[in-house]
Amino acid sequence: MSFNIYDLSSFTSSIDKGLNSAMTPFWATALEFVIIGLVFLLFYAVVGLFLVYAERKVCAIIQNRVGPNRVGKWGLMQTVADLIKLLTKELIPIKRSDKLLFNIAPFIVILASFMAIAAIPFSKGLQAIDFNIGIFYIIAVSSLGVVGILLAGWSSNSKYSLIGAMRSGAQIVSYELSVGLSLLTIVIFAGSMQLSTIVESQADGWWLFKGHISAFIAFIVFLIASTAETNRGPFDLAEAESELTAGFHTEYSGIKFAFFFLAEYMNMFIVASIAVTVFLGGWMPLHIGGWAGFNHIMDFIPPLVWYIMKTAFIIYVIMWFKWTFPRLRIDQLLTLEWKYLLPINLVNIVLVAFLTLMGWYF
Amino acid sequence: MSEEVKNIIVSENEDYVINMGPQHPSTHGVLRLEVCLNGETVKWLRPHCGYIHRGIEKMCESLTYPQIIHLTDRMDYLSAHINNEAVCLCVEKALEVEVPERVKYIRTILAELTRLNSHQLWWSAFGMDLGALTTFFYGLRDREKILDIFEESFGSRLLHSFNTPGGLMHDVHPNFQKHIKEFIKYFRKKLPEYNQLLTDNVIFHERSKGVGYLTKEEAIAWGVTGPSGRGSGFECDIRKHYPYSAYDKVEFNEILYTEGDTFARYKARMDEMWESMNIIEQLVDNIPDDGHTAKMKAVLKLPEGEYNQRVETARGELDVLIKSDGNKTPTRVKFRSPNFNNLFVLNKIASGGKIADLVAISGSLDLVIPDIDR
Amino acid sequence: MDISQLKIKLGEKFKGIEEADKIDLSGFIVPADQLHEIIVFLKEYEKGKFNYLFNLTCTDNGDSFTMLYYMESVEERANVVVKTNIDREKPVIPTVADLFPAAEYLEREVYDLFGVVFENHPDLRRLFLEDDFGYPLRKDFKDEINIIER
Repeated sequence: MSFNIYDLSSFTSSIDKGLNSAMTPFWATALEFVIIGLVFLLFYAVVGLFLVYAERKVCAIIQNRVGPNRVGKWGLMQTVADLIKLLTKELIPIKRSDKLLFNIAPFIVILASFMAIAAIPFSKGLQAIDFNIGIFYIIAVSSLGVVGILLAGWSSNSKYSLIGAMRSGAQIVSYELSVGLSLLTIVIFAGSMQLSTIVESQADGWWLFKGHISAFIAFIVFLIASTAETNRGPFDLAEAESELTAGFHTEYSGIKFAFFFLAEYMNMFIVASIAVTVFLGGWMPLHIGGWAGFNHIMDFIPPLVWYIMKTAFIIYVIMWFKWTFPRLRIDQLLTLEWKYLLPINLVNIVLVAFLTLMGWYF
Repeated sequence: MSEEVKNIIVSENEDYVINMGPQHPSTHGVLRLEVCLNGETVKWLRPHCGYIHRGIEKMCESLTYPQIIHLTDRMDYLSAHINNEAVCLCVEKALEVEVPERVKYIRTILAELTRLNSHQLWWSAFGMDLGALTTFFYGLRDREKILDIFEESFGSRLLHSFNTPGGLMHDVHPNFQKHIKEFIKYFRKKLPEYNQLLTDNVIFHERSKGVGYLTKEEAIAWGVTGPSGRGSGFECDIRKHYPYSAYDKVEFNEILYTEGDTFARYKARMDEMWESMNIIEQLVDNIPDDGHTAKMKAVLKLPEGEYNQRVETARGELDVLIKSDGNKTPTRVKFRSPNFNNLFVLNKIASGGKIADLVAISGSLDLVIPDIDR
Repeated sequence: MDISQLKIKLGEKFKGIEEADKIDLSGFIVPADQLHEIIVFLKEYEKGKFNYLFNLTCTDNGDSFTMLYYMESVEERANVVVKTNIDREKPVIPTVADLFPAAEYLEREVYDLFGVVFENHPDLRRLFLEDDFGYPLRKDFKDEINIIER
């Protein structure tokens, strides 16, 4: 097997050839499905664990303290310890709740985020599915998370959970509009919804810089809207402890609560990945069109490392929001979306269409 | 089924009643608020207090005057020193004792340090209630410096009972002045950080401007004093209008804002922190050296009559009324606590707003529940 | 503000006003049935409205209760205390909660701790204690379990 760190498509195609030569194409494809599924499961779990640890450390640094540093070297095993604790907790069943919906709600939320990961390009050649409608697929699939939240609130049979779920549902459905419209600007620039094409088109510079004003506006709007999508940061009214309720997951305990918790962090990862892929070049190193020497130096760092650095930066920014700002009230949240972000987005789309027609971008 | 619906009163027009407390992260003490909601809007609310009623006024009737001081610490524990000072001043007024100047200066410095300390904790908790969780750590980090000063001189961080009728229990630590000056220098640099984090934040402005409006007439009628009342324009600063201890020797402004909303109350407290530092700076270098207590008898017996003393705690006006029949224990002690009046105006100003506003308003009124129940 | 002038004006309008011993603030001892009108008069006194009720309490004298009302005029910075004596066996007094909203809760506290009934009070319930507790701040309150007599 040939392993080229700069172009992992040779690695994946060599595995593919190997499997196809060992068994019939049908079984080879089936085995590939299983391998990819397992790899993603592992990836999901490991990244989720790591993100929880990262959040606690970032939060501690902002608050002028140290964070977990007892369990394992630098506290790295802290999340593992928390996970074991959550696994051993009692699953408290609720009287007269809809048992089926109550049990599948966390799985729907995880399912939505799982399906969205499948389309993200991690490195050159390292992408599970490369749809020609990549962005459309991602937006559609991550909307499924709302169903899980509403089911959780409804089936808990508690008015507190219902209030929280309604608020969450309204918030997520509203902000999906802004997310979609801001991603649309780059689709217009790049001319395609396929994610690998979008990344390839940033070979002479990231869209954030090439698209100047309108890409910048779209990026800011995307950051705000996606923080609201994932119920994080200043938009976490639905699950804040000092408000009335703990939101839609009040009645969940043990491993089911861990699923909601994990899904929130993975949603944050997905949102950061999409921002990186669309605006910041995905796995493409920082190139400046025309400076061949500079680009050659930038190419030394493998694309996978570029991708991880950029995603880590966006995740850090999102965490920074949460620990600095106070919370918005629910009506202020919805006002922000419908009266401010949506008009800005619509004007931006017209601007982008005009710029593309005129060719006034880099 | 019937037990579970006992707490839910559902009427035809979709109002429902829920309980906030007695255990709740943002009521800052054991207070039960019965809130009637229609969707997200608060229709009315009823506070139920008495969860921490300890009968302090009754207990005082069987204790001697120096012993009463220790009970007053526990009423509004964040202005513990000022509560002690109130009782001492009342007893000294009754006995017509003149305390040395040193005692007056130190009492005033300690009162202002206590006020600073209380406002720091208020700021930390207020930010945390609104979701800016970092304010909790910044405020408490700076508060530790004041508590270190207290611990050095008195041995305890929060409830010192350092005052006694006639003066102080013992003299302060020799490093008292030095540490206070270091702290003032440190905190003057840190207080603008608080403004950067919370006061200038546009989300915070949206959460607090125009929320919880209290007019000046309502403040006077309901007896809302302290920074909550001064945020509505009610000039109720006892330090200014009826000065006691060393307050007539210092120059400071009475902070008044006229808007009457949560943001005005917030700004009133932030500005009071600056004024406290100014007062301390004027006093700390000039403490005279004439003894830490006046000569008092071993057993104090007040002459017959009723004696009244008003002081300004961090939350408002505290009145101590002592009625004596000539014995060594008082016949009746009444504490008019500021939080009592501040609490019951909550129904008036939070009705019609949203639940999230209720949290912001009760945070801006800065309630300490043990003071309500005594 | 001239308190002696206030006393003259009060004496003209109402009967039975005595001046209380001036230890701290000027005060008047008034009969209980005229309490409400006197407080209204003070609240609308033209030389300085006494619009801030800062303390309302009760003391037990052994043979009667004395109700104390401390009022301040915010513009003129004058303080005055109004005292009335009421009967111990059946302590009843008109309420001032319609004049000062703060008084509603201060009177509830007095009702809770002393048992004084306020006529026309909008919501006379106990504030801190349970309904069957007794009135602890009375001098003849006995509680063998919790209070140790010395």
